[in-house]
Amino acid sequence: MAAVTTREAITRPPLAGAVFAVRELRFWLTNYRRTWRGSIYSSLLNPLLFLGALGLGLGSLVNQHRDAAIGGVSYLVFLAPGLLAATAMTTAVGESTYPVLASVKWVKTYQAATASPLRPADIFHGHMLFVALRLTMNCAIFLAVSAVLGAVHSYWALASLPVAVLTGLAFNATIESWAITRTRDTSFAVIFRFGMIPLFLFSGIFFPITQLPGWLQPIAYATPLWHGVALCRALTLGAVTLGGALINVGYLVGLTAIGVAAGNRSYRRRLYV
Amino acid sequence: MIRARGLVKRFGDFTAVAGIDFELYRGEAFGFLGPNGAGKSSTMRMIGCVSPPSGGELSILGLDPVADGPVIRARLGVVPQEDTLDLELTVRENLLVYGRYFGLSREVIRERTAQLLDFVQLSDRAEDQVEPLSGGMKRRLTIARSLINEPEILLLDEPTTGLDPQARHAVWDRLFRLKQQGVTLILTTHYMDEAEQLCDRLVVMDRAKIAAEGSPRELIKRYSTPEVLELRFEPDRHQVAAEKLAGVPAERREVLADRILLYVTDGDVTLAAVRALGLEPLTSLVRRSTLEDVFLRLTGRRLED
Repeated sequence: MAAVTTREAITRPPLAGAVFAVRELRFWLTNYRRTWRGSIYSSLLNPLLFLGALGLGLGSLVNQHRDAAIGGVSYLVFLAPGLLAATAMTTAVGESTYPVLASVKWVKTYQAATASPLRPADIFHGHMLFVALRLTMNCAIFLAVSAVLGAVHSYWALASLPVAVLTGLAFNATIESWAITRTRDTSFAVIFRFGMIPLFLFSGIFFPITQLPGWLQPIAYATPLWHGVALCRALTLGAVTLGGALINVGYLVGLTAIGVAAGNRSYRRRLYV
Repeated sequence: MIRARGLVKRFGDFTAVAGIDFELYRGEAFGFLGPNGAGKSSTMRMIGCVSPPSGGELSILGLDPVADGPVIRARLGVVPQEDTLDLELTVRENLLVYGRYFGLSREVIRERTAQLLDFVQLSDRAEDQVEPLSGGMKRRLTIARSLINEPEILLLDEPTTGLDPQARHAVWDRLFRLKQQGVTLILTTHYMDEAEQLCDRLVVMDRAKIAAEGSPRELIKRYSTPEVLELRFEPDRHQVAAEKLAGVPAERREVLADRILLYVTDGDVTLAAVRALGLEPLTSLVRRSTLEDVFLRLTGRRLED
């Protein structure tokens, strides 16, 4: 164990940030190798259950009305892009809560990483990269299942994949920047119950926002999930407008940027005491 | 290698480290001794560049821990107070993951893993999950992990707290070998035998300050007498004996609940003097002064949490 300076370690910012984040990503990938099989099953099962029960089952009733509010397409086709965005949200929120608290409090793998050249922000960005990968996986599987069930009619639907991933990252960055400040997991249940479930139900996934009471509509338009749902759907149905897309993407990118800035700060405050 | 001047760490209104000075040289084993809450771990975290100092100066390997944290940490090894191993990964995977944090290639990590597991006697557990390993094995694995980047300085925060005697000796043995290999060791402990075994030089910290500094031998010489006479009397005679003993010359005397300690140059001579007073203790023990005597003298016998 000669005391030699390790050459490879002398990497300096700004490139170091990306290099360090990838090192943290590789840590998460090593961990994920143990659980990826189980996660694939649930990524497959989830779209099958929802698209089957609601898209095909409930859809058979909805379709009898041929309502113009859902754009004159079958309910399955209307529903699928909305659920795609919702899948991104649930995946992101799941990855941004318990695993983060586990890393900083229960298993302390984050503390282990801080003893290496990695800085708190690198650790944060590395986890975000991992979440981005998980989002891509889950959303791609969802799209594939929807295609098999006949919910996808155009190659444009492929463009909804990056939009769904971006939607997930907006949730990931903001929630993770908050989750790292927690000392107990009780508040996570609140996020699930009073955050995710209302968003899931009232962001235009199951019915158009225009069906909501007038006073509720502006609130729905202000939520991140609606922007994800709206753009995924517009792309899938081939009804996208440049202005609308820019607003949706701008909103999601902006929210992600705010989350990253907040997380850079909160990770440092938690890990460098 | 490390230089601190007036180093301060505050958490809100609480001052954990209240202006300490120390200097550390290459190849030595340096100890921070002190009761719980004395500021040892806070100091270690500042040296580990994961806790920005609130005041004073700190230079590590000639660099600034706030600005050059990544560069410094690449040359440090850290054994934290609480194990931060990934319990669900195997022993080998823990080293792999950690080695990657330092940007080491898979081949280098594989090579070092073999050496390090051999060094901490865990080679036969390489493919096992960490979770079921004993406390001593986890500690040894943490030490192996901290060496993956071949650090110049190894920081050990209470390396043997909570281990059984065999496991402690196994850890000491490994640390002693590292010292011989030229690795600079910094450790905190509240075990006196650990400090005496391992440290060339140490500071005793108490209430956020440094109370004394020196080699174990110097400290004993400066703050205690060569020998200690420990006397035990029947409980009902304890108080009376303590009063009578005031007549026996001793540099310092300490009356505890169950024993009376006399700090003297020659314990046997003093024991004879005690008997000459007509006092016959139940048991008597003449022993050499230890760091523990120094420690208790400097930090008192009050109880910290």
